[in-house]
Amino acid sequence: MTDTSELLEPRMVSGGDSPTGHLDELRDDPVALMRRVHDECGDVGAFDLAGRRVVLLAGAEANEWFFRAPEEDLDQAEAYPFMTPVFGEGVVFDASPERRREMLHNQALRDKYMRGHAETISEQVERMISEWDRPAEVDLLEFFAELTIYTSSACLIGKKFRESLDGRFAELFHDLERGTDAIAFVDPYADIESFRARDAARVEMVALLQAIMDGREGGPPATDEDRDLLDVLMSIREDDGSLRFDANMVTGMFISMMFAGHHTTSTTAAWTLLELLKAPDEMAKVMGELQALNTAGEPVTYQALREMPHLESAIKEALRLHPPLILLLRVAQDDLEVCGHRITKGDLVGASPAISNRLTPDFVEPDAFDPDRYLAPREDDLANPWTWIPFGAGRHRCVGAAFALMQLKCIFAWLLPRFDFDLAQPADSYRTDNSKMVVQLAQPCLVSMVPRADGDDTGTDAGATS
Amino acid sequence: MTWRVVVDRDLCQGHGVCESEAPDVFEVSKQGELTITRDSPGDEVRKAVEQAVKYCPTHALTIVDD
Repeated sequence: MTDTSELLEPRMVSGGDSPTGHLDELRDDPVALMRRVHDECGDVGAFDLAGRRVVLLAGAEANEWFFRAPEEDLDQAEAYPFMTPVFGEGVVFDASPERRREMLHNQALRDKYMRGHAETISEQVERMISEWDRPAEVDLLEFFAELTIYTSSACLIGKKFRESLDGRFAELFHDLERGTDAIAFVDPYADIESFRARDAARVEMVALLQAIMDGREGGPPATDEDRDLLDVLMSIREDDGSLRFDANMVTGMFISMMFAGHHTTSTTAAWTLLELLKAPDEMAKVMGELQALNTAGEPVTYQALREMPHLESAIKEALRLHPPLILLLRVAQDDLEVCGHRITKGDLVGASPAISNRLTPDFVEPDAFDPDRYLAPREDDLANPWTWIPFGAGRHRCVGAAFALMQLKCIFAWLLPRFDFDLAQPADSYRTDNSKMVVQLAQPCLVSMVPRADGDDTGTDAGATS
Repeated sequence: MTWRVVVDRDLCQGHGVCESEAPDVFEVSKQGELTITRDSPGDEVRKAVEQAVKYCPTHALTIVDD
């Protein structure tokens, strides 16, 4: 235990006079609350979450301490009570969350799998577009949420499983994501509309999985070629021949595998497109880059995907301005010290991408969409490893970050040369709905989407958007 | 002049990009544990190691010129 008697107590932010402290403000406008904490208290401040103190950190020094802290000091496992009902209470796994994350990483996210994923993603985009009824205007939330259900299920679970999904699964998944109201810190089963919808969605998902599993029981055995993770799980049997993993457990596993990469990728796809549509000069650079690759004509290669500086920078900048996770949390396992301040055992400790990603002087003109900040020699992300944190940092950094960037590049390398997009609402009307811990684009979020006349050949005038 | 590769163990997540780029220098186990197999790699692998540093998804690698 650190001797913390000489240390400063983190300053508590103003407001929060109700019995639940700042909970209502966290549910209503968490970014404004966290910004006020930083403005009033500096890099180590605090707010009150229904009687529990949350120490909120910002800036390179405090963030580095947060992200380098070992599990024995700052524990992640208990920090997200709103996830338990989503994954499924009482679903017993053979492995800890940490071990499952490692398994997912080793099975699907290692570099050697990425080339195959790149191909799968392009196929899935093409497939969804071919079945899309092509309304003149698309809702970006619905469009990308459905698309990323297909891409992530095909890559992480298998193409065969993806074939058994349709738009309904995406709707159910969305209800799960909406069921992450911060009131879960007080009661994860509170009687509110979004939690009822969450629980109903999970029940329907289990039924859907049950039907898929029933369909496979009697069918022909899976060949090596088309075997997916569900086949593998169904091949594991108890001594009496019954399934080791029932539909409820399989549902929990699949949700936990897909959850971290779903709303995050979907939201980032939407914001990347919106920011590019609001900045025609930046869109022209991206289109020029894609045109040079001639992606409308043939499949884009893995190496080409790695070398798309303008598109990659646009995605990074969308991530910086609109991080899909706004508050990363841990639980203090002991009395600790950060930047001369005391953290007490049991405190929640947080770092906020929404705040840190816009700090000055780390980021010049922090509110501006400026993809060039990632090009040499500025390289703002590399220069600020502890404050450019859309993926977190350190040992818990998003293991899917490389997959996510590749996936987003793949999606846009396919879509942009083939479709002409335009804003269908006033530019400043697109915004993030921060009312849940899982943030999403607020609806309506319409854009027009029209096939390019030359979209299926070489895309000769694809750069002519500005 | 000799040079070596340094890995920040707090950052490495064992993605194996380095191993794909420079298999003579990096080895990543099934569990995702990285081993640097050569203390002072020769200049013939320098380019490959630079690629590994560049594409490391967690920016955990640095080249140090001694």
